[in-house]
Amino acid sequence: MRREGSAFHGLGVVMLKELSDHLTSVRMRVLEWLVVLVALAALYGAIQQIKDTTAEDPFLFLRLFTTSRDPLPSFVSFVSFLVPLMAIGLGFDAVNGEYNRRTLSRILAQPIYRDALLFGKFLAGLITLAISLITLWLLVVGLGLLLVGIPPGAEEIGRSFLFLLATIIYAGVWLALALLFSIVFRSAATAALVTLGIWLFVTFIWPVLAGAVAQIIVPLDPRYTALGLPTPGTAQAEQILARLSPSTLFAEVVVAILDPTTRSLGPIYLSQLQGAVLGAPLPIGESILIAWPQTVGMIASAILLFVIGYVTFQRQEVRA
Amino acid sequence: MTAENVIEAKGLTKRYGRAVAVDHVSFAVGRGEIFGLLGPNGAGKTTTILMMLGLTEISAGEVRVLGFDPAREPLSVKRRVGYLPDTVGFYDQLTAADNLRYTARLIGFKKAERETKIKDALERVGLAEFAEKRVSTFSRGMRQRLGLAEILMKDAQIAILDEPTSGLDPHATAELLAIIRSFKAAGVSVLLSSHLLERVQSVCDRVALFAGGKIALIGSVAELGRQVLGGGYVVDIEADGAGLAERLALIPGVSGVERTGIGKLRLHADRDVRPEAAAEVVAMQGRLKYLGVQEPSLDAIYTRYFETRPDEEMTMKEGARHAA
Repeated sequence: MRREGSAFHGLGVVMLKELSDHLTSVRMRVLEWLVVLVALAALYGAIQQIKDTTAEDPFLFLRLFTTSRDPLPSFVSFVSFLVPLMAIGLGFDAVNGEYNRRTLSRILAQPIYRDALLFGKFLAGLITLAISLITLWLLVVGLGLLLVGIPPGAEEIGRSFLFLLATIIYAGVWLALALLFSIVFRSAATAALVTLGIWLFVTFIWPVLAGAVAQIIVPLDPRYTALGLPTPGTAQAEQILARLSPSTLFAEVVVAILDPTTRSLGPIYLSQLQGAVLGAPLPIGESILIAWPQTVGMIASAILLFVIGYVTFQRQEVRA
Repeated sequence: MTAENVIEAKGLTKRYGRAVAVDHVSFAVGRGEIFGLLGPNGAGKTTTILMMLGLTEISAGEVRVLGFDPAREPLSVKRRVGYLPDTVGFYDQLTAADNLRYTARLIGFKKAERETKIKDALERVGLAEFAEKRVSTFSRGMRQRLGLAEILMKDAQIAILDEPTSGLDPHATAELLAIIRSFKAAGVSVLLSSHLLERVQSVCDRVALFAGGKIALIGSVAELGRQVLGGGYVVDIEADGAGLAERLALIPGVSGVERTGIGKLRLHADRDVRPEAAAEVVAMQGRLKYLGVQEPSLDAIYTRYFETRPDEEMTMKEGARHAA
């Protein structure tokens, strides 16, 4: 039986309210400053490095994002580190916060569906993240122009914009995960800890673990080991396993987009490289093709996490 | 469903796994009536309310709210029903008016309509001067009143109030009960739940006593009193005079006289025998110090009912454990 009315009635209202909550919250301001200061530091390091070393580079502008100077990591590493933190910070108490303030049953007693509440909260979080990331991106582009003094080409702008989009999608994955745990756990602290734990595991431990697990699934071939080469089967398994982590997917997308010379994201045989001019940049369309499966993977995992949260929320009893 | 009943529940049941929180509950609330769901904590009152609002799934049975099925037509129900949850919460960082504005926009009121409705509602619950104050500064009683304002703003036909007076001081309780009475005056049906029997006795037209997920008794307080306490009137007299007890026992309708203290007597009668008792005391030249008839109190009814049915009390405790 079809249910009456639109599932999205009230969506806009919830979204605008959540958005204004986010944008005026102290939490958001702290996160913003953290991100801006850290990004500025990384950018400064990158610019120093570029001024010192680079004589000629067709993609000088993109180097702003990827160059690092000790002891600071590059802008890209900073972003991929901080964006999940921001997303988790915005999402970890989205639903259980309403429980704990005892507002949830009052809101759900209004003529709206739970869909509108959940979707509104997700969209508000995503828009908040998008606003901060776009600001950050404009900041970097502007400072790059001022400090390096070389105007970026159309392709460079295009690539850095794609990087921005990928970052927003990546933020969406973590936001959906945080939202899921805010539904599952009644305590906001538990939800935050579990989400952060998963982030740490997936980002720092899993890539290491993937190699070990891959060797169990496909044992190393001594013939390759004797030659000092990786066993193709094991390498493949390792990559498949590592790609279960959205952090790996994001890192691969970033490499493909921001480094035009990237030709493949996996191990390839020498025969496949026949005729290739190594080090020659690919056109932007080819880079997108390389990054596409990973991007779709990130979008899919965001949708999957959101759907799990949605189903859990629909079936939950609202007693508070 | 008759036009007179705004809520009708038939065999309403809620199971959590094997535990039964609400067990085949049937009742009806008439238009413009104040109906009380009374019982100890964990007796199934809140679960019953959640089922009526579609906030939890119904295991068996059915409920109709204004003719709508809350499980199938939740929006139609929620548009017409106002709900004040147990210890209602608001967004602390927003003002009282902003909190109501958010709800009004969720309901879908137009902007112009919104402001007048909010102003009127806050005035009716006596919070007009606090409209632009943040809710974080509000006392518990003010939050409850703000919750009632939300229901008023909504133009609800039914107000469902879960433990509206719990945790309030006597003054705030009195204020809240006055607002609840004004609901009835405005033609709004009220369904309220409480474990404080005495406080709600004064406002309820009819009550349902819950125990162990079942409705043990249902009816007006006077009816229940007759049903459970044996239909008798209890008249207390404090007077002096030798042989008064014997003379009072001779009044027609008096079934028994007991001595409750020095110069204190309690008459059990099948009618109100106060006039005759007073006349007897005066005729004996005695001095009448006190004469009063005991109103049946819900507390007395409740205690008596479960005293005589120890089995059900056991199930009540079971139910409480499950629901907890």
